[in-house]
Amino acid sequence: MALAVAPDRAALLPERITNASLAGFLRSVPSTDEVGVEERVASLSTRSIKKDSKSEALRLAVRMMDLTTLEGKDTPGKVAQMSAKAVRPDPTDPSVPSVAAVCVYPAMVPYALEAVAGSSVKVASVATYFPSGQLDTKLKVTETSRVVEMGAHEIDMVIDRGAFLSGEYFRVFDEIRRVREVCGDQAHLKVILETGELGSYDQVRRASMLAMAAGADFIKTSTGKVQPAATLPVTLVMLEAIRDFYLATGVQVGMKPAGGIRTSKDAIRYLVVLNETLGSAWMTPDWFRFGASTLLNDVLMQIRWLKTGRYQSADYFTKD
Amino acid sequence: MVNQSRAGRLDVRKTYKLYINGEFPRSESGRSYVARDSEGEVLARVARASRKDLREAVRAARTAEEKWAAKSGYNRGQILYRIAEMMEDRGAVFAEQLGDGGLTPARARAEVSAAVDRMVWYAGWADKFSQIYGNLNPVAGPFFNISAPEPTGVVGIIAPETPALLGLVSRLAPVIVTGNTAVVVSSESQPLPAITFSEVLESSDVPPGVINILTGFPAELAPWLADHMDVNAVDLAGAVPEVGLRVRQGAVHNVKRLVGTDGYTDLQSPYLIAAFTETKTVWHPKGL
Repeated sequence: MALAVAPDRAALLPERITNASLAGFLRSVPSTDEVGVEERVASLSTRSIKKDSKSEALRLAVRMMDLTTLEGKDTPGKVAQMSAKAVRPDPTDPSVPSVAAVCVYPAMVPYALEAVAGSSVKVASVATYFPSGQLDTKLKVTETSRVVEMGAHEIDMVIDRGAFLSGEYFRVFDEIRRVREVCGDQAHLKVILETGELGSYDQVRRASMLAMAAGADFIKTSTGKVQPAATLPVTLVMLEAIRDFYLATGVQVGMKPAGGIRTSKDAIRYLVVLNETLGSAWMTPDWFRFGASTLLNDVLMQIRWLKTGRYQSADYFTKD
Repeated sequence: MVNQSRAGRLDVRKTYKLYINGEFPRSESGRSYVARDSEGEVLARVARASRKDLREAVRAARTAEEKWAAKSGYNRGQILYRIAEMMEDRGAVFAEQLGDGGLTPARARAEVSAAVDRMVWYAGWADKFSQIYGNLNPVAGPFFNISAPEPTGVVGIIAPETPALLGLVSRLAPVIVTGNTAVVVSSESQPLPAITFSEVLESSDVPPGVINILTGFPAELAPWLADHMDVNAVDLAGAVPEVGLRVRQGAVHNVKRLVGTDGYTDLQSPYLIAAFTETKTVWHPKGL
């Protein structure tokens, strides 16, 4: 079966894309040194960040944030409230920038769009039967095209982990490719690997390569619904895959760790790992995002602590 | 060189540490200071808490507050009584440490007894204060109007320099009995009774974080306590005038409740319980 893949991304891929040839391609992905990865992030995590840099890093973390609500109990009101906070995270401090995007369920996209209109904040929607991805390809593509029609700027799709783990690489590849197609020029595609379900760093690295080859603009760790969600080692493995892919094809792909990043300290550690692995070209909201909900308040509290010299309390920040 | 006592054993010497979130860490700063007895002899090196230790203590107190306040008054009373039991058990150690502080043996023992009794006295208030301070208010209308006291939240306590044990217990017990959690800066000149007290707490079913005890310099720690937006009240009973002034200045940012400005160090009074509560008033329609 002939498949259209963006020509620049095809450099790594076998000429004829079949399940067997994709399996061969993934076998060629180098394996990961587990101990090395964990030691590397442990040593990067202890790096001391001085006050001025910290202040910059915190503001950058805000600009990189995808403020997220993905709950069964979400309502238009809740989404409007969160979106207002996304545009103006700290009403008492205009120097705090807007976040990158709000991330919501498809049904909430119109309300989010209305609430962020006129600002720089983008609307991201999860799609493809989030969070499990257990649905047939056709319906997933239909769902995505509907969300794109509604006007979402970014699509966070999940891969079918069951298919990936049982070796149906072609199906996973094909799904990402088709979803990418309906996203067209309008929507950015982030592909969620759900690393907590993949079992090993090697699998994470293979899934990253597969997703990037199939057309992902971003690769993302997790849905936030599975533990463990984002961790530093898994993020490093994915960043290294992004680097390999960039060196082989010249195509830059973004990264989004999501789930479980709750403190400013965590966020800064991710930024250190990012800078040390991919360098400053990736240190912008165009190429790196945090998927988070509670992280924002902690960052705001840290920003205010740096500004006032007084330790802060959650009592004086809006709950979202 | 290794110190050997006459019995031919190695000395097993104790490290005096902080008490934060139910654990005994050293100061994150690695600092310590020398505690001396009343004659100037070195007793021990004790941890000198830093602002970051204080930050961790406040964080622990904030986390513990909700569950501690949600316990029944009866249950809190049991736990306070348990503290008294364990203090009684460690009475000899307390008496020795107070003796080092300059008290005669008889006076030291008397202070320990008074401190235990005071804890028992406040334990009894745990399930009674809300009857006394709560009220069904008379209002002109078809409503029940009910006022009930609720704990203020996280309370910082600058403990009196002396009496080192009775002062600490007298200021702490009325704070925690209603469901507040506490961050205590202990007596600077006599920190050892406070450290022994934290070991008592560790074996008294007090949940981690409800009481945190920092040894160190009040003049260094009090400003951070005063400025901390997550501290709801400060007891100034042990603060010298300059420290007291600094705390008052810091307290304005989140309008902290300030108590203990009258200088009493070993007061026993139900009004001290009331000082660390907020009144919640509820209107409820009558006859529906």
